[in-house]
Amino acid sequence: MLTEKKFNLIIVIGIFAFSLIGYVMNEPYFITLATKIVILGIAGCALNLILGFGGMVSFGHAMFFGIGSYVAAISAFHSMNGDSIDLIFFNFNGSNQMLFNWFLAVIFSMFFALVVGSISIRTSGVYFIMITLAFAQMTYYFSIGWTKYGGEDGLSTYVRNDLFSINTMLPLNFFIICFACLCVVGFILNWIINSNFGNFLKGCKENEEKMISLGLNPYTLKLTAFVISGAITGLAGALYVDLNRFVSPTSLSWQTSGELIVLVILGGSARLFGPLVGAIVFILLEQFIGEVTENWQFWLGLILVLIVLYFPKGVSGLFIKD
Amino acid sequence: MSLQLFIEQLLNGIQFGFMLFLMSAGLTLIFGVMGLINLAHGSFFMIGAFSASFVAGLTGNFFLAILASLILPALIGIMVEFSVIRKLYERDHLDQVLATFALILIFSEATRYIFGAFPLFLDIPNLLQGNILLPGEIVYSKYRLIIIIIGLFIALGLYFLINRTLLGIQIKAGQNDRQMIRVLGINISRLYTIVFAMGAALAGLAGALIGAIQSVEVGMGEPVLILAFVVIVIGGIGSIKGALIGALLIGVLDTMARLFLPIFFELIMETSQALSLGSSLASMSAYVLMALVLIFRPTGLFGKK
Amino acid sequence: MFKKSISTLIVFLLAISYVYADKVKVGMITTLSGGGSGLGIDIRDGFALAVKDEPNIEIISGDDQRKPDIAVQLADKMIQSDKVDIITGIVWSNLAMAVVPAVVNQGKFYLSPNAGPSLLAGKKCHKNYFNIAWQNDNLHEAAGGYASSAGFKNSFIIAPNYPAGKDALTGYKRYFKGSIENEVYTKLGQTDYAAEIAKIRASNADSVYFFLPGGMGIAFIKQFSQAQVDLPLVGPAFSFDQGILKAVGKAALGVKNTSQWSKDIENVENEKFVKDFRSAYGRLPSLYASQGYDTGKIIVSAMANASIKNTDAFREALKNAPSQGFKSTRGKFSFSSNHHPIQDIYVREVIEENGTLTNKLISPGLKDHSNVYVDQCKM
Repeated sequence: MLTEKKFNLIIVIGIFAFSLIGYVMNEPYFITLATKIVILGIAGCALNLILGFGGMVSFGHAMFFGIGSYVAAISAFHSMNGDSIDLIFFNFNGSNQMLFNWFLAVIFSMFFALVVGSISIRTSGVYFIMITLAFAQMTYYFSIGWTKYGGEDGLSTYVRNDLFSINTMLPLNFFIICFACLCVVGFILNWIINSNFGNFLKGCKENEEKMISLGLNPYTLKLTAFVISGAITGLAGALYVDLNRFVSPTSLSWQTSGELIVLVILGGSARLFGPLVGAIVFILLEQFIGEVTENWQFWLGLILVLIVLYFPKGVSGLFIKD
Repeated sequence: MSLQLFIEQLLNGIQFGFMLFLMSAGLTLIFGVMGLINLAHGSFFMIGAFSASFVAGLTGNFFLAILASLILPALIGIMVEFSVIRKLYERDHLDQVLATFALILIFSEATRYIFGAFPLFLDIPNLLQGNILLPGEIVYSKYRLIIIIIGLFIALGLYFLINRTLLGIQIKAGQNDRQMIRVLGINISRLYTIVFAMGAALAGLAGALIGAIQSVEVGMGEPVLILAFVVIVIGGIGSIKGALIGALLIGVLDTMARLFLPIFFELIMETSQALSLGSSLASMSAYVLMALVLIFRPTGLFGKK
Repeated sequence: MFKKSISTLIVFLLAISYVYADKVKVGMITTLSGGGSGLGIDIRDGFALAVKDEPNIEIISGDDQRKPDIAVQLADKMIQSDKVDIITGIVWSNLAMAVVPAVVNQGKFYLSPNAGPSLLAGKKCHKNYFNIAWQNDNLHEAAGGYASSAGFKNSFIIAPNYPAGKDALTGYKRYFKGSIENEVYTKLGQTDYAAEIAKIRASNADSVYFFLPGGMGIAFIKQFSQAQVDLPLVGPAFSFDQGILKAVGKAALGVKNTSQWSKDIENVENEKFVKDFRSAYGRLPSLYASQGYDTGKIIVSAMANASIKNTDAFREALKNAPSQGFKSTRGKFSFSSNHHPIQDIYVREVIEENGTLTNKLISPGLKDHSNVYVDQCKM
């Protein structure tokens, strides 16, 4: 059994080592897998801020993931094609700079999180689950019909965006960029969870009445957490576009929201990096059972059921001592 | 649009609503009584359709097929309740979500393994093919009319069951206060098994009835499942009445939006854009309705505060 | 004795040529699990059948789960780790749109055995991208042409609200000379068409054209037939293909559909293919299987004429395969300048044959049909 800090360190180093092994063995696909784990891990950890610590089960986080993806992809698309978007005050030419597109993705997903959150947080429990789903489904159907950016066919950006003078098309370079994002996000989330704000948020999950009697406003607290969570999920979405050089409405579908929740629960929702562990387990299982049998979904399902029944604290609960 | 056509479309909406109700009734019952979020409910829908298709192919008898669509899902439901679901009642909703999501994977892949990757055949009996002339010169499909009638019967049956029978009293007691049924000395685990099997059978029946006019294939349950969740949330979770009203609302709204939104947008914009925008908005209509209901009534129309 | 030594020599030489021929690694990315996996399995099986006697082809297959992001990641894996030379297999347009740019940008070949989105035929065409099936508009154009020649004057047309749906109806209108009574776009994945069918019954249309792939089409045809609307139905082959026909049942009988292939096209290759496929897999081949088979045969033909090591020569060999030994199961076949098929598109009718539903050719439809995006493609 380990302390949570040591455990987190081992996980993060483990992911890095996994991609280095891929590099040394000349198996770039290992690096791609590690990158995918990191990106979905970021989204999962962001979801866990509101789900595990704030008690808000969002079944619509694909919305922020997808909006982040689409914003980054649309910006790159316009930059590549050289046609500009006519905004009333100026023409936006798009950009192929990662930092700028991340910034746009974060701003847009924050904005949507603010709107959706301010309506959804008035409900709770299953109703909260479903109202977040409702908003995500609306964006999903919108994106399917929006033919300007490909509709159901999705949008290709062909190459990855640029970051300084790094060659982002090399798998290891792109992995390191994503890994750096994960570290930054990890520090920020860790800081939030252990701050006063984080304690109040956990308090809201336990007992809202008590928070009100302390003179706090649970609505504002929860909304703030929701917006932060949406913003980070949007960042993960932007990274995912660069990984695949492509975005499609699938990113906005309820299946994606469901998978993010599965990552969180599988890894353990009480832990900062639980979802990252969930991403490791889920993606590796999917990969390796898929190599062995065509009916991999059956075995994956069976393993997931066993994990829920016998390891209620998720996979990370196996290793961490309280 | 003539009045006859309008009424026919209204009937279509109501019929779609009753289809949704068959699916939602079991879901809301299970949620209300056991507090269980059952994502695998769509799998029972699929199992019902597949067992009906299998039996119909074997015997050529639609009514035996319908019988199979009730019995087989109920039996599988009991097995699953015993082996997995039972351990989840005391757990967090989240654990239930993960476990029942995993069950979807298991059921879908097992079905595909047994029946192959192509859709199966299931047709309505000759007796119910074709149309019937309703008063007022309205032409309407016999089979769809039957679905409406079955839906009505099941709604009445559930009402009777819950308000007039011992089992119903126990179910209601369970919804209101889980401690109470223990105090009353009711065998809870038996009650839970019965309710779960009933929910599974209802979903299976819906699968067979709907499968006969749609496509019997792996994965057919999940889109319906999502809509069924929308229905029970609009109606208020645990309320059969809510599920009925929610289902009819969604059914009629969805049908009318599909018909009128494109026409409406054609008045104000160019045709091809209007068609596309209209049908996009129509796809969203159920979700827009749910969001609106929850904004004004955060626990649905008939949900408990 | 002499004869025997000659044949030994030939076998020996063949063996040597095989040893020295360059191995070709093919990545097969297709849908093998969940809904729609029947199509992917047919493509894979057809392809495997075509190359089973070619020892220098190695197939690496992967399940894309019908998700574009998974498909791209598989393509990256196959190119980077498995070092494949050619990728093929994708069923769906939206997945092809994701994968094809990623593959050709990394200098590999992509051969499409099913999807042919307009963008990849026009503005975003690429010299390493070949389509062995059809451009997406083709079957719909042929349907429009058929509807005109059958004397229909006023069509009710219906498709899902997504790009392929819009392309389909545009394609139909391109060749249909009559007027359009109504154009309806439905929700993607919709399975209840009562409202649309009521609208059709109330309209003045004399024919109905629909493009609703997969389960949507099964639901539509069944409901259309159950509603006993007395109008001729026309559709593309997808809803009347061998794999799907038994799920549609007798409701499909008599429906005219357009296809570039049919199991009763008379030529040596097709007869051999149908026979071999039946004996290898115990079922009738589908359209998808024929496309997978042709894709395999094109690769085999190109390998005989060029080494995969020489990309430019291999590309030429692919492009010229139709005149250098490759014979398509559908008969006449060549590539247009944007690497899409020029082929005949037939009209078929669903019939019952020894208790099994299947298709019969009834008219040639469009002859030597290419696609309208040729001019937009600058390679």
